[in-house]
Amino acid sequence: MTPDRIRREMSAWLDANWRVDRPLIEWREILLEGGWAAPHWPEEWYGRGFTLDQTAVVAEVFRERDVVPAAQVGPRGLASETILACGSDDQKRRFLRPILTGEHTWCQLFSEPGSGSDLAGLSTRAELKDGKWIVNGQKVWNTSAHHADFGLLVARTDWDVPKHQGISYFLLDMRQPGVEARPLRQMNGHQSFNEVFMTNAEVPPEDLIGGEGNGWHVAKTTLSFERRGFSRRVRGSSLDGPKQGPIYAEYEEELRIATEPYTWYPQREGRVDLVLPRARETGAIDDPATRQEIAKLICLHTGARLASDVAEARRKAGTTEIIPAGSIGKLAASVIARQASHVHTMISGADAMLSGPDSAADGIVAEVLVSVPAISIAGGTDEIQRNIISERVLGMPKGFRADQGPFRDIKRNA
Amino acid sequence: MQTEFSKEQDLLRDVVSRALRDKSPATAVREQMASDRGYDQAVWQELCGDAGLAGVHVPEAFGGAGGGAVELGIVAEEMGRTLFCGPWFASAVMAGTALLEAANEPERQALLPGIAGGSTIATLVLDDLNGPAGVGGSIRAAEDGKLSGTAAMAVDAHVADLLLVVASGAGGLGLHAVERGASGLTVEPLQVVDPTRKLSRVVFADVPARRVGDVTGDALDRIWDRICSALAHEMIGGAQHLFETTVNYTKERFQFGRPIGSFQALKHRCADLLLELEIARALTHHSARCLDAGEGEPYAASMAKAAAADAYMSAARAGIQLRGGIGFTWENDTHLWFKRAKGSEVLFGAPAIHRERMMTMLEGAA
Ligand SMILES: Cc1cc2nc3c(=O)[nH]c(=O)nc-3n(C[C@H](O)[C@H](O)[C@H](O)COP(=O)(O)OP(=O)(O)OC[C@H]3O[C@@H](n4cnc5c(N)ncnc54)[C@H](O)[C@@H]3O)c2cc1C
Repeated sequence: MTPDRIRREMSAWLDANWRVDRPLIEWREILLEGGWAAPHWPEEWYGRGFTLDQTAVVAEVFRERDVVPAAQVGPRGLASETILACGSDDQKRRFLRPILTGEHTWCQLFSEPGSGSDLAGLSTRAELKDGKWIVNGQKVWNTSAHHADFGLLVARTDWDVPKHQGISYFLLDMRQPGVEARPLRQMNGHQSFNEVFMTNAEVPPEDLIGGEGNGWHVAKTTLSFERRGFSRRVRGSSLDGPKQGPIYAEYEEELRIATEPYTWYPQREGRVDLVLPRARETGAIDDPATRQEIAKLICLHTGARLASDVAEARRKAGTTEIIPAGSIGKLAASVIARQASHVHTMISGADAMLSGPDSAADGIVAEVLVSVPAISIAGGTDEIQRNIISERVLGMPKGFRADQGPFRDIKRNA
Repeated sequence: MQTEFSKEQDLLRDVVSRALRDKSPATAVREQMASDRGYDQAVWQELCGDAGLAGVHVPEAFGGAGGGAVELGIVAEEMGRTLFCGPWFASAVMAGTALLEAANEPERQALLPGIAGGSTIATLVLDDLNGPAGVGGSIRAAEDGKLSGTAAMAVDAHVADLLLVVASGAGGLGLHAVERGASGLTVEPLQVVDPTRKLSRVVFADVPARRVGDVTGDALDRIWDRICSALAHEMIGGAQHLFETTVNYTKERFQFGRPIGSFQALKHRCADLLLELEIARALTHHSARCLDAGEGEPYAASMAKAAAADAYMSAARAGIQLRGGIGFTWENDTHLWFKRAKGSEVLFGAPAIHRERMMTMLEGAA
């Protein structure tokens, strides 16, 4: 469908259906039935099989007409993409709809105190007892877990096979007595992530996704989606300005809760957009050394965007080359964020010691300085991305491994 | 703007790449870099006389193929990959661009077909190779049109039939044509770090010349941008070659009972190189598209030149380091690319100069 045609069809449909006095969930149900909630999804599942470009047109029309879109913020996207790719029809029927309507929020229960980079070394235990999976163990660094309805959980179901083979992937109901999320405070003062304790938590057998022992494969699907989306902005930001109508009030409240853990995410990417305005405002724009560093940042930032466009175009054209755009893009985002943080420091000078309302850009610059370290850890560290790039893209040989054979026998953290 | 190459452009790359692999292997590079002339005339005839590589960016009306900066970039990239030795860069890129951007119509009619067809070898003589601002400071055109002054370095001037000289005079900067062997003209070959690109000192002592056009500030910037974009492509080709051969070497060389490419210090260095190279390549291809479309960042060529130069040097340093002792020998080919990287890094402005140039375009002078 051409952009014009999309605009025409949507306009006609919105004229007939969009009303600001509908309850939020009811509106989203209508949106779903109309096929405009997730147009990039396949036609059998609420979508239209649109390309990214076509989907962008739809998003544009939503913005232009101040229409409330489907729920998008946070790990919801990870859940829906994983379920779309690996779930059964029954799972798709039960889980996709409430993700789009916003009734369910999700979190990702991957990392553990004993295994982060080495995700496949996880030791949360799931055992089938009386027809139910019983889960025991601890997860950590789980963003949004304190308000999530469901969790994407990986747990070990077989201890006698090599580590990647003994993992299963579950859709865990967080609202049960056996699950407890405790918020953790981060170095930037926010409390976005949690530790999650599971004590005899239950998962019905129909909420195992991808089959028993196949969890590693499903987890990789989630991770590749996560890395790909990394340099993209967190979506679902507020509509511009205050809007009149009951549905907007409901939507703003949803965003307030759902985006709260992510308010600092733009800062961890370095806030490149603030660099030139800040340099002008402070006069640092006339300092030759600062100008050099700003120029390097602009080259990195522009070049990384262009490179990801090229990768995207080649992917669309059906290249057979391995382009782990996710890993390269994620590493690029780290490099850019670090350079931006360095430049912000040069621009602020001694003022970089301050934070809060009296400091530069109402505390935003200070938040950049203490949030950027997260970008090279979350979603797989820089070192892990470099391992992936060198082994998968460049075909460099794998190093010595100390983690082969049955998981039971591998050395691990106490 | 487009992010992909057209089928025709892919085909051009394919043809050029194959021809150069055949005509410019490392053995040929070594032979030419040791010679005074610096290139093989039979190969020149095949690539530029027969295949038209010196005219890819020249309009058909002037005997070229009618392409633009993208096509020029494709050829430059493949030449850089094989370290092609010959006056293509001086003649097609430098002199050709100067004529296209600054010469009047009759002179373009007269001079471009020879360059495009490879029968004329030309070069552009500038008295400053660091940035456009310094050009015209040393070479002057007198009232009678005669040139005096010195260009400290001119690319491939030792083999040029035609020298296009930017000189200052009563009417501002002008482009002046000087024939080989003109009276008062001295071309002295210089010792160079990168022997695959020959440089000469050119001294003018009342040399008779013909003014072929005005060089306005804008025209000089356009010439600079186009040359820098092409040079960035050449560098990307060279960097890609170094990168590929270096990664391959780490898979074959064993130490401590395992391939050195299995050591993480080397893997991570290669992953970082890939990222730097991908970014520089994207900026470089983008610069040519901006030039052809007449849109995009006005400083796109400076971004490309700065990023490609840094990426080429990173690949060159890693190329030596990851080979260990053998990498430091004359016998191993890596140093040939290292030296080209070093020379290209500073030709037409070192990275810091381009970064300052881009900031000036973006925000005004400091
Ligand atoms: C802001 C934030 C949000 C997060 N959100 C979530 C979430 O929602 N859900 C979730 O499950 N997790 C989440 N994480 C966890 C994150 O995925 C892990 O922190 C990360 O994978 C690293 O694991 P680790 O902390 O155990 O560090 P470790 O794996 O112990 O790593 C320590 C250091 O060792 C290095 N290292 C480890 N292995 C190798 C290797 N093979 N080669 C070279 N170096 C190596 C690492 O790069 C790192 O520098 C989040 C983290 C952060 C910071």
